[in-house]
Amino acid sequence: MRVPRSWLQDFIDIPSTATLQEIAEAFVRIGIEPESTEVVGEGLVGPVVVGRVLSFVEEPQSNGKTIRWCQVEVGNGEVHGIVCGAGNFFEGDKVVVSLPGAVLPGGFAIAARKTYGHVSDGMICSARELAMGDDHNGIIRLATLGLDPELGTDAIELLRLRDEVIELNVLPDRGYAMSVRGAARELALATGWPFHDLALAIEALAPTGSAVTRVQIVEGADHIVLRTLEHFDPQAPTPIWMQRRLQMVGVRNLSLAVDVTNYVMFELGQPLHAFDRSKLAGDVQVRRALPGETLETLDHLKRALSGSDVVIADPSGAIALAGTMGGLSTEIDDHSRAIVIEAAHFDATAIGIQSRGHGLISEASKRFERGVDDAIQEAASARAVNLLVEFGGAVHTGTAVHDLRSSRTAISLPADAATRLIGYPVPAADMEQALRAVGCQVEGVDPLSVVAPSWRPDLMGAAELVEEVARFIGYDRIPALLPVPRGGRGLTDRQRLRRRLSRALAYGGMTEIINYPFISAADFDAMLLPATDERREAIALLNPLNAEAPLMRSTLLPTLLAAAQRNVGRGQRDLAIFELAMVTTPSRSRAAAPQPGIAHRPTDVELAAIEAAVPVQPERAAGIFVGQRLLAGPLSPGRTATWSDAIDVARTLAQVAGVELVVAAGERAPWHPGRCAALALDGKVIGHAGELHPKVAANYGLPRGSAAFELDLEALYALPGEPVAAQPVRTFPVALQDLAFITPNSVSAARLQAVLEAALGDECEAVRCFDVFSGGQVPDGHRSLAFALRLRAGDRTLTESELSKLRAAAVSAAESLGAVLR
Amino acid sequence: MSAPNSNYDPKQVSALDAEAVASALAQALADIAAATDLELLKAARLEHAGDRSALALANREIGALPPAAKADAGARVGKARQEIKRALEERAVVLEAEAEERMLAEERVDVTLVVDDLPRGARHPLTALSEYVGDVFLAMGWEVAEGPELEAEWFNFDALNIPAEHPARGMQDTFFVAPEHSHLVLRTHTSPVQARTMLSRQPPIYVVVPGRVFRTDELDATHSPVFSQVEGLAVDEGLTMAHLQGTLLHFAQTMFGPDAKVRWRPSYFPFTEPSAEFDIWYPQAKGGPRWIEWGGCGMVNPAVLRACGIDESRYTGFAFGMGLERTLMFRHGITDLRDMFEGDVRFSQQFGVEF
Repeated sequence: MRVPRSWLQDFIDIPSTATLQEIAEAFVRIGIEPESTEVVGEGLVGPVVVGRVLSFVEEPQSNGKTIRWCQVEVGNGEVHGIVCGAGNFFEGDKVVVSLPGAVLPGGFAIAARKTYGHVSDGMICSARELAMGDDHNGIIRLATLGLDPELGTDAIELLRLRDEVIELNVLPDRGYAMSVRGAARELALATGWPFHDLALAIEALAPTGSAVTRVQIVEGADHIVLRTLEHFDPQAPTPIWMQRRLQMVGVRNLSLAVDVTNYVMFELGQPLHAFDRSKLAGDVQVRRALPGETLETLDHLKRALSGSDVVIADPSGAIALAGTMGGLSTEIDDHSRAIVIEAAHFDATAIGIQSRGHGLISEASKRFERGVDDAIQEAASARAVNLLVEFGGAVHTGTAVHDLRSSRTAISLPADAATRLIGYPVPAADMEQALRAVGCQVEGVDPLSVVAPSWRPDLMGAAELVEEVARFIGYDRIPALLPVPRGGRGLTDRQRLRRRLSRALAYGGMTEIINYPFISAADFDAMLLPATDERREAIALLNPLNAEAPLMRSTLLPTLLAAAQRNVGRGQRDLAIFELAMVTTPSRSRAAAPQPGIAHRPTDVELAAIEAAVPVQPERAAGIFVGQRLLAGPLSPGRTATWSDAIDVARTLAQVAGVELVVAAGERAPWHPGRCAALALDGKVIGHAGELHPKVAANYGLPRGSAAFELDLEALYALPGEPVAAQPVRTFPVALQDLAFITPNSVSAARLQAVLEAALGDECEAVRCFDVFSGGQVPDGHRSLAFALRLRAGDRTLTESELSKLRAAAVSAAESLGAVLR
Repeated sequence: MSAPNSNYDPKQVSALDAEAVASALAQALADIAAATDLELLKAARLEHAGDRSALALANREIGALPPAAKADAGARVGKARQEIKRALEERAVVLEAEAEERMLAEERVDVTLVVDDLPRGARHPLTALSEYVGDVFLAMGWEVAEGPELEAEWFNFDALNIPAEHPARGMQDTFFVAPEHSHLVLRTHTSPVQARTMLSRQPPIYVVVPGRVFRTDELDATHSPVFSQVEGLAVDEGLTMAHLQGTLLHFAQTMFGPDAKVRWRPSYFPFTEPSAEFDIWYPQAKGGPRWIEWGGCGMVNPAVLRACGIDESRYTGFAFGMGLERTLMFRHGITDLRDMFEGDVRFSQQFGVEF
């Protein structure tokens, strides 16, 4: 909210020496953030005075413009000849004249100067030139502002051209600070400058006459005051000071009646509405909207109302959306002479819901939603009445009130409450002083019995009161102490393993990417997922940012593929990228999550039901390889990444977790059906790796041969994580043997290796496949697989005969798979 | 003493005379000195110290000499052979050194040739930073907690004292999960983990929670619909705002050096009361030290403690949170948030694997 300093000064004695910056800092201390500060009329220097246009001659110019050569009297019989380009004034009009020597806001210096064949000795000013807002083009005619000052009067004072404005960002719990009254009260709290509550000084009303519109609350409010006025002059101008203040807070001047309701809202924080009484069908009610009810609001929109909307209604139906926007049918217009001013305390929750529901966030709804003082309705409406009587000639004829407010309950505040929470000794007396300064009534000693002021509905318990005390003391006086926890347990096994996994990938030459988790069904198509693939069962968002990516990813691959594509598009030919993140899969219960309330801890059953409704979000690691895995260079020819790199990295992850994956041929999109490995742990497939299907690679603009893996990390996290059982290092001599087998193609290398290892038993230190070839002497349907064996016993040197036996065992085991020693 | 053996080979005998020994020695030393490489030295060794060398043959004759001459000749030949042996050794050392020097010179390579055949990997700086933050708190005896990103509304809002009608629960901030009324959202902050932690254990609780969060903001230079927070929660007997401030100060100084400072001002969050926002004095800021808005904090609202089954009369708690992207931006002078989320490897690669 924008607040002019001059307006604040109506409520608080700001020392004239206090700078705008100091005021802004005081607001910061008390927890109200100034968004900006502005010096209105900055750089403005007089003389800027009231003058009268005695006469003018219109002189068409060669450039097509017509200028007026004016004779302007500026007091003491002094007459200036002034050239003016505007044409919206008449002879005899009183206007604002800046005379030579004046400087207008923005640094525009006025001097007598030759123009259009005359010496123009000053300037007749428009509102914009005086920084009175951008609304008004053309010359200011003082009569239209209701002004008839002496010639030569200082217009800077008259039009209040100088002020300072501070824009406050009011937090949602401080609705009362969305008023000059509230902001001034906060400033007083921060500075100690004397505060005067003008709301308490408003003249009492003495209605004359009998006209009164009556009111009844059915639902949606607990306090409403209606003031009926007659004989209002709809043409009466709004006084200049009110216009200027409304301009400075950023509200258009409309008419006196509307300006007054706005003015009082900004001043006291109470939104008001003015109805044209002649358009009312009778007395009014506050109630919920009826089924099928509609209302055309002031913005000319016909709105269908919902049963939760709160409306003001007369016998004809809804005439205003309560606390949000008035209705068109009862709008004040140029002929409105009888007026009803409504000041109510509407239900904050209801106004918040309906204003958001109708997309109608108004100055009124913002205040009601944040909480309005429920004791200000009489004073605010009286203030409006007084202004309409004074400036619009109105007569107050009657008041109707319906008051359903319950009395405010006292909050019990232990005497040590502030000390206990703030960490700074606050004696009860100091606490009492702070709370009184905030406006609370305080009784008792320990506990204190505290009644919050009517303008602070946010003060609901002891913690809120302690915050007030802390704000009053000043947060900057609170010391810094380091708490000493009782000894932490460090990272969990899961967290430690996650760190090791991600570091292993990075130290292994891959680069981590973080992607948004949003995907679309088109990604599943691009990945060639079959219609029945479980990954297609993705969780959708109700309000996705991008309608084309409404799903939560059920696999990390689509977003990683898109990232690979982006990188390739940017000229990165060789890529090894990974992501380690959660994916989203259906919940266990597939039901809506319960909402157990917060009055007490939910039961374990309720918590379990929430848990079961939250989608299962397992962590995955995925990676993509494009182009060269090893770059070609002067010392090496480089190596293109293949399916085997993807498998190797996946195996590395398992090894980091202390286990070995079983690699077998697999078939799963988006992989090449002949180059896909299913990676299993304890017989359960926990991931896949291999070359991308050529179509998938093409769909994502990647070169053919690009490889990928995706591995479920939950399986690794679930490992018992027991310490490795160390084997003694065998120091007897190693025996090295190479064996090559002609092997049917149906037997995988891993299978044959596993069989060899099993056959060699305890003496087997390592078996490694070092050569594969087919063709030549190898029969069709077969290939030669060569293995290097490292054999070693723990307690002796293996003898020739033992080695022969081991070798025979290996050969015979291989034969069981149809593999024959070469 | 016997007479000279008349059958004795005059040549061999003559080899034993002083002149012949001296001459053999001189020849040997000359050849050794002249050997310019190990091959030539080997030949010289064979010639002058081998079994068929003149002095070796002479040596064999010594036994046949009369005892008087024996000692004399023995000493003379022995000395000469010793001298040759030493000369050979010395020359060998020199030549070996020379040979090694030559070999090493020949093996010289251009070590500036780049051999980064396995490209360096890197992690995203958000990962590295969140681990670093975790480590700072682990060192203080805290623990790291985490929770799901797609979260029940109850954890994300209700349990944190954000009622159903609160503006934060509107569609303009929160991603809601289909179908309607599923009461599931993408968590808008890491705070639901506070509730999860308190529901799962009793105080003392000291946890820090890094994690990804979601708001319906379009991506631009300073906003992202997906971003990261780190959140702290402490619940124990006797915790106060002073402990909150002390923790923030320690954290700031550990991460940004002993000159870092923290200041705070009152603010509002539904789940804390009193609440504050805090700035840090960042000594390494580009363009000179300055205050930078960092995050929000406060004392845990008793309503939250109650909803999470913590005895609010016995325990108090504090919580704080800050944005990791924002921290990265000022720590590393990143000006455009989009760099963090476009997946360009060149961004991550600037940061290496860990901080």
